Amino acid sequence: MNGSKITKATPHVTQNEDLLFERSRRGRIGYRLPALDVEPTPIDEIVPAELRRDDDLEGVPELSEVDVVRHFTRLSTWNYAVDHGMYPLGSCTMKYNSRLNEKVARIAGFANLHPLAPAEEAQGALEVLYELQQHLAEITGLPGVSLQPAAGAHGEMTGVMLIRAYLDARDGKGHGRDVMLVPDSAHGTNPASANLSGFRVKTVRTTPEGLTDLDQLRELCATGDVAGLMLTNPNTLGLFERNIREICHIVHEAGGLVYMDGANMNALVGWARPGDMGVDVIHLNLHKTFSTPHGGGGPGSGPCCCTAALEPFLPVPRIVREGEAFKLDYDRPQSIGRVRAFYGNFGMAVRALAYILTHGPDGMREATEAAVLNARYIAQALASDYEKPYQAPPMHEVVFTDKRQARKGVHTLDIAKRLIDYGFHPPTIYFPLIVQGAMLIEPTESVGREELDQFVAAMRAIAREAEEEPETVRNAPHTTRIGRLDEAAAARRPVLRWKPTAKAESA
Amino acid sequence: MRYIPNSPEERAEMLRAIGLDSAEQLFDSIPRDLLLTAPLRTPAALSEPEIIVRFEQLAARNAAARRPSFLGAGAYAHYAPTIIDHLISRAEFFTAYTPYQPEVSQGTLQAVFEFQTLVCQLTGMDVANASMYDGSTALAEAVLMAERLTGRSRVVISEAVHPEYFEVVHTYVQHAGIELARAAIDPHSGRTSTADLATVDDRTAAFVVQSPNFFGCIEELSKLADLVHQKGAMLIVAVTESASFGLLRPPGDCGADIVVAEGQSFGVPLSFGGPYVGLFATREKFVRQMPGRLVGVAHDKHGRRGFVLTLATREQHIRREKATSNICTNEGLIALAATIYMATMGRRGLQEVAHQCAQKAAYAARQIASLDGFSLPYSAPRFNEFVVRAPVRADELLKQLATERNITGGLPLSRYFADRPNDFLVCVTELNTRAEIDALVAGLKQLAVATVAA
Repeated sequence: MNGSKITKATPHVTQNEDLLFERSRRGRIGYRLPALDVEPTPIDEIVPAELRRDDDLEGVPELSEVDVVRHFTRLSTWNYAVDHGMYPLGSCTMKYNSRLNEKVARIAGFANLHPLAPAEEAQGALEVLYELQQHLAEITGLPGVSLQPAAGAHGEMTGVMLIRAYLDARDGKGHGRDVMLVPDSAHGTNPASANLSGFRVKTVRTTPEGLTDLDQLRELCATGDVAGLMLTNPNTLGLFERNIREICHIVHEAGGLVYMDGANMNALVGWARPGDMGVDVIHLNLHKTFSTPHGGGGPGSGPCCCTAALEPFLPVPRIVREGEAFKLDYDRPQSIGRVRAFYGNFGMAVRALAYILTHGPDGMREATEAAVLNARYIAQALASDYEKPYQAPPMHEVVFTDKRQARKGVHTLDIAKRLIDYGFHPPTIYFPLIVQGAMLIEPTESVGREELDQFVAAMRAIAREAEEEPETVRNAPHTTRIGRLDEAAAARRPVLRWKPTAKAESA
Repeated sequence: MRYIPNSPEERAEMLRAIGLDSAEQLFDSIPRDLLLTAPLRTPAALSEPEIIVRFEQLAARNAAARRPSFLGAGAYAHYAPTIIDHLISRAEFFTAYTPYQPEVSQGTLQAVFEFQTLVCQLTGMDVANASMYDGSTALAEAVLMAERLTGRSRVVISEAVHPEYFEVVHTYVQHAGIELARAAIDPHSGRTSTADLATVDDRTAAFVVQSPNFFGCIEELSKLADLVHQKGAMLIVAVTESASFGLLRPPGDCGADIVVAEGQSFGVPLSFGGPYVGLFATREKFVRQMPGRLVGVAHDKHGRRGFVLTLATREQHIRREKATSNICTNEGLIALAATIYMATMGRRGLQEVAHQCAQKAAYAARQIASLDGFSLPYSAPRFNEFVVRAPVRADELLKQLATERNITGGLPLSRYFADRPNDFLVCVTELNTRAEIDALVAGLKQLAVATVAA
């Protein structure tokens, strides 16, 4: 060791990976293309100089293939993911993403298929879409299905537009039904989607039992201007709206329609169907209930399923079957129109179909049962240490609060960050908005009993720490490569892109 | 079911632990008459080998996926470096959620920050968001954003914008009180006509143009920007072929106020139309009216740099019906794929891809134009797509080309324009070899002669 002193080790680059732009070194190359095999035309004859860029892409990284692989591999190690363990984000349904589904979505006959290929030469892809539509119709009890929406909120917008188009056709334009009712426990996307579709949003209260307030719903429906209700069921407190028939009846009697947010469909598949409850239209999240991966924020897929009465209004093109052939049907004069180019996130449809075929009806029912059981198990196990604001037994997710810990100055955010030290991703926090200090826990079916027990033990340990050493919790996490980030400062002076420093520019 | 860790015996124990006798009791809060009494009528469960066979069989029925193709029009076959699929297949990326907890999501967050930066660099804009669903929905959101920013309610859209993009915009704005008008194309150049932009008036929020446009022609963006800005309106530029950024003057340098693009060209499989990724960029002063998520730099108490979701007060989970958009889930993993593509191709590769596309398209165009009876109706400079006017019906010609020559020769424009039976759109990328181009040209020549003779 020729006498050199080993000082305190500095973190390896894997814990301090620079940006692509900072790693860039002039002259590095990460690709190789075949040589141009046609006689080149002088570029000025193809595109005159004034239409060409003149910056030589200054600032765009120059990296070798090895640099790129190491960069993104290192970044990946900073993420928590479903494959690490329980990821109990409430209303997000972070279940296992099967590798088989990934494999089949990548089959060349799907991956290399252009969306504008003639339909007769894309029959396999159209059959995938058609078959998935059929299965989603069966699962929801709603026969009209469009796979075009690209995510849940997109499906909501589509569904609410269907309601609008249906009412316009039924009552004539100028019917004055411009109010969309949204419970105060709803996802923020619901009111945003209603607004995008030209509706005014009115809020429906939740009762102390955690269910939609029927009396207020009746009052709101008595005004004659209600177009519909957007209801999540089970709701975001994890409770099944047991008055769902009555709710649908009230809205229907008032001339409106019922839209169901299907984000929580993982509590129902194989056990109960929205179509049987009186719901008119629902969106599903293939990236929740049907296990297509969340990808760090997408892609999703938000199919819209509706009654036969709403079916004529679904986006075009529809995927239809004529004899043995599958076709794109554009001849739908009452359609709300397209909501996306082409046919939606086809790759997600392949994965969801593989999920449905892998599970079969029994497997889907079993998955639902296991998901609800896991949530119920946690609901019971944590009730001794955390405040459970709603007493009814939950379905697939359960809400607790920080009420007891807050007395020691430990809040939901602190508990969430401390869970990271115990090796878990935190639950959904501060949602639903109506529950102060909410922690919404959805384990899904993809967690075994021993891991549930570990999670419960971690939560109990944190409750104990909140009593005995609250500072430990308040300063968590202690084990991550960075500590809590100052989000307020980040928003005050937003830095949303890398820019070369003066020094780098002159170099 | 192999995806469910707990065995039936373990579940039975857990049921007992919470004081229940049967799984049915878990569903007691659902009224009895709403509970299904029979199994769902979906197919019985298949094993893994059976699933693979089933999907291989379905995929085999997509004949178009297996032959040389000159289809573009919003979806493009480009080379995708092998490492992209390997890296996005890391479970840490693809099985993570939206990065709500930054301490355990820095990988996703830093990658999104890099994506935002690359999008800014290519488009020539100040800020870009974390992605939209695709190019078409990004355009619809841009139109809504322009309406919010200007307080005006009329939007003029070039007739050379992708027809499906126009349809999506129409769907999005139909209840927003926005009036849509069209701007004609010049029949000789194939560009949006700048001779008379009277369609843009002082009630106009935005003018929407695509470049290269749907017919492959490169628009005169600077000129359009001047004309549009004179009326106090915004210029929205849509790009469906992002490979063009490697060669063409960025819209930001030409005066665009909002730039949207389809990022599929950046290493994303065609996959029958999705998932793709929408790029969305604008000027710094408009950032608070932007839709979608944004990642920004933040620091911890030790001064270490990290990344967080920021400016969330624009978004639906905070602002609800007053949000700038309803978007929540976006196209995170596809944005990651595009980021890896841009990093791997890099400064040199992005330019080489663009140059090869332009060169090969120029070669193909020259060859086809020299055929008897065929012509190229538009004179404007083009990138890698161009319209061909055939002496016979294009849809029949292309169908013959597919069945007899095993080449997908392009898109018959009759798919969108009933009055253009003989026109078709050809797209050439770096993946099309000279041999393929020559086969296309030979096929067109012989089949057209045969059809005319018949």
